[in-house]
Amino acid sequence: MPVVRMLRRHLVVIAGLLTLAYMIVPNVVVMVFSFNDPKGRFNYSWQRFSLDAWKDPCGVADLCGSLSLSLQLAAWATLGATVLGTMIAFALVRYRFRARGTVNSLIFLPMAMPEVVMAASLLTLFLNMGAQLGFWTILIAHVMFCLSFVVTAVKARVMSMDPRLEEAARDLYAGPAQTFLRVTLPIAAPGIAAGALLAFALSFDDFIITNFTAGSTVTFPMYVWGSAQRGTPVQINVIGTAMFIIAVGAVVIGRLVADRRKNKSPF
Amino acid sequence: MTTTEAPPAPPEPVPPTTAETRKPSVRRRLVPYWLLLPGIAWLLVFFVLPMVYQASTSVQTGSLEKGYEVTWHLATYWDALSEYWPQFVRSLLYAGTATLLCLLLGYPLAHFIAFRAGRWRNVVLVLVIAPFFTSFLIRTLAWKTILADDGTVVDVLGALHVLDVTSWLGWTQSDRVLATPLAVVCGLTYNFLPFMVLPLYTSLERIDHRLHEAASDLYATPATTFRKVTFPLSMPGVVSGTLLTFIPASGDYVNAELLGSTDTKMVGSVIQSQFLRVLDYPTAAALSFILMAVVLVTVTVYIRRSGTEGLV
Repeated sequence: MPVVRMLRRHLVVIAGLLTLAYMIVPNVVVMVFSFNDPKGRFNYSWQRFSLDAWKDPCGVADLCGSLSLSLQLAAWATLGATVLGTMIAFALVRYRFRARGTVNSLIFLPMAMPEVVMAASLLTLFLNMGAQLGFWTILIAHVMFCLSFVVTAVKARVMSMDPRLEEAARDLYAGPAQTFLRVTLPIAAPGIAAGALLAFALSFDDFIITNFTAGSTVTFPMYVWGSAQRGTPVQINVIGTAMFIIAVGAVVIGRLVADRRKNKSPF
Repeated sequence: MTTTEAPPAPPEPVPPTTAETRKPSVRRRLVPYWLLLPGIAWLLVFFVLPMVYQASTSVQTGSLEKGYEVTWHLATYWDALSEYWPQFVRSLLYAGTATLLCLLLGYPLAHFIAFRAGRWRNVVLVLVIAPFFTSFLIRTLAWKTILADDGTVVDVLGALHVLDVTSWLGWTQSDRVLATPLAVVCGLTYNFLPFMVLPLYTSLERIDHRLHEAASDLYATPATTFRKVTFPLSMPGVVSGTLLTFIPASGDYVNAELLGSTDTKMVGSVIQSQFLRVLDYPTAAALSFILMAVVLVTVTVYIRRSGTEGLV
């Protein structure tokens, strides 16, 4: 039968597309339910179409406050983790020194540890030091767990860099600072940017580690978590949808810009 | 005239520059350490030191009111394990099942992106990464809507008598999916799928197309080519994908709490409630150490077995 034959030939494609659907469906549901007008406290079943939540996304108490707190935390955590992580990545790729293996394992360990273990151990540290849980303890924790991911991303890029480019710069009488700023940094930039983006996403979305280190501070994921018990305002879906659209838009625009640049350049 | 004089020493190899170059070379040798210092110090203070504190907490006895004291009371470990072993077993079972499902679902998708998507490749890749940008908690809550008791999914599965089979197996309850093991595993699989697809895609994409051509030139069927060429070459992706899925899934409590019931509690929830609600720190610390040990041992054995130690 031709249908069966076609199915067999395209089995991989069909299975792949089904998986893709599985990955996208919740986003579609979030989007559709941002136009819902729910009855009661929870937004789990469809009632009727409404634009109320889109007109007033900050209409729920504390929601936008937690959002802006999460954005600030993510920005600072990204800055901290990217600077520290890039330095470590350069040290690991560019230099041979005795503690290299140990440092490599120390970088690997936080990624090979369930989050809840790191979260719990950080809490015992903070409790023992008598630290006030809040913005600063969350920030410390976020820089800590983002660091390894930045190192990995930057390392991958720096490793594939041709060291002869820097030699050439030095041959052309560029000083060490000039070589670094004009040659090394621009080539490493995509790796650093990837690391920074990853750090931002991880920090912004982190729930488990924040849950342990936040005390009574409420970040956006913690707000969403609480709303699953108290009642979920439609505004949560609005913000989720907006995040999705902004991110996809940014990716598409980035691609278009990159394509245009590529077409203009002589290569 | 002194004939016994020693022959003139060979000229110092550029004496003025040695003095200059020696100083930078010492400095140069210190460069990596200066680069490492801040980041490694951060990890030592906020990753290693906390582990030490937690280790000491786990062998303390006392209470929140009277204060804790290190008494090397190792029985805490035994008590914690004997009380919470069902949650431990469940965590490993759920995480293992979710990892396997991620591999089964993720492989065709990664294969499709790497070899069949053509000019749609970037679009599909964006679709794989895009869900990341909506908070994962919001997306997990969306599963509550999808799997709702009166929802389409439950209706369809019920009509097809799938629920009868899964209920018989103990994965669901006769007329509902939410608050059952199936819902939790479904959520875990969903949450960690991108972490499986991306490494798989990276390793598949690196495979040289000519190897596939060579295989078919040698009369290999597509199935044989997959078994003997594609799959072995994608092993690094399989290993890192399974690790990136299994490790976080084993400690997760978000899916179990949002999509499950008290019968589907995972060890992460226990650690969380012991630490943040019950405030029994020694038990919580012991539980978290046992989880860490189990994960590290499993991962080490797995890496040894799969023969990809070079990965780490």
